[in-house]
Amino acid sequence: MNYAYVLTGVLIMALVTYAVRVLPLAVFRKKIHNRFVQSFLFYVPYAVLSAMTFPAILESTSSGWSAAAGLLAAVLLAYKGKGLLTVALGATAVVFLAEQAMVLAGFPL
Amino acid sequence: MSEQLTFRKGLKDGLPICLGYISVSFAFGMMATEGGLPVWMALLISMTNLTSAGQFAGTELILAGGMYLEIAVTSFVINIRYMLMSLSLSQKVESAMTTLQRWVLSFGVTDEIFAVAMQQKGEINARYFSGLILTPYFGWALGTFLGAAATGILPASVRSALGIAIYGMFLAIIIPPARASRPVRRVVILSGALACLFHWAPGLSSLSSGWVIIICAVAASALAALRYPVEPAAEEGGETP
Repeated sequence: MNYAYVLTGVLIMALVTYAVRVLPLAVFRKKIHNRFVQSFLFYVPYAVLSAMTFPAILESTSSGWSAAAGLLAAVLLAYKGKGLLTVALGATAVVFLAEQAMVLAGFPL
Repeated sequence: MSEQLTFRKGLKDGLPICLGYISVSFAFGMMATEGGLPVWMALLISMTNLTSAGQFAGTELILAGGMYLEIAVTSFVINIRYMLMSLSLSQKVESAMTTLQRWVLSFGVTDEIFAVAMQQKGEINARYFSGLILTPYFGWALGTFLGAAATGILPASVRSALGIAIYGMFLAIIIPPARASRPVRRVVILSGALACLFHWAPGLSSLSSGWVIIICAVAASALAALRYPVEPAAEEGGETP
């Protein structure tokens, strides 16, 4: 492993993340008034998380089928307004059970 | 007079966040060591970044040997939401909070800590805010360590199932507001659909994941900002995840 590269990458991540947090709270201390920028910043979290989730979630487990089952479970739980922990662990449990069922049924994972 | 915002109350309010963080950072620690990073490096990333989506994406880029510029821009775009939260918090913290306290405490602005802080009545002080940050920070580090150390111990079936945990958390953040608001729903669908297009369309799939997230998120958010500008009432930040 190239530690110099990895550590530099980690440092860049940490500095950029900290800068984004510290500038408005400690340095600017002012509100943004531009309506487009405000609206853009309002939508960014949802867009980022969606682009990170799809389609990557389907490749997050050993099989696309178990991941699809987990995705369905997560969407249903989140739609019912369950908390972060419940949705995350519920999806995990469904993936685990789906993969056990697939093994029992003789499906290749 | 509402309940005093003491350090102890901060620690207590941070406890549910801490529990949620342990499970998600467990998945992060596992991902990092499975990708070939040593346990201490996974812990270092968690303790210097304290951001779920940002450090997952950044670490994946590092493991894939991405460019520094790509790592920087990806971290910026994924974490740009903290800018909005810090802005809202800057209106919420008491004016007596010193500049040094602001420099230290802004490190701990996360989606969940922000949400709990904004729920408090009136201004928040440095004592309460530091307690509110400390418990989740400890949980984030602990979960990372346990996940990174457990990679070799846990059976493959459990490791596979835990791979979906972080995405479950993302869905728990985006789906309730998407259900309640049509513009948010359209942003979520458009951004996700674009990401799928980049993943599966021939020719486009060569672009690396960091850039894809940036392009999809910026395009979907910009279109929505033009089409559905946020009313000034919604800008207080209470609605951001």
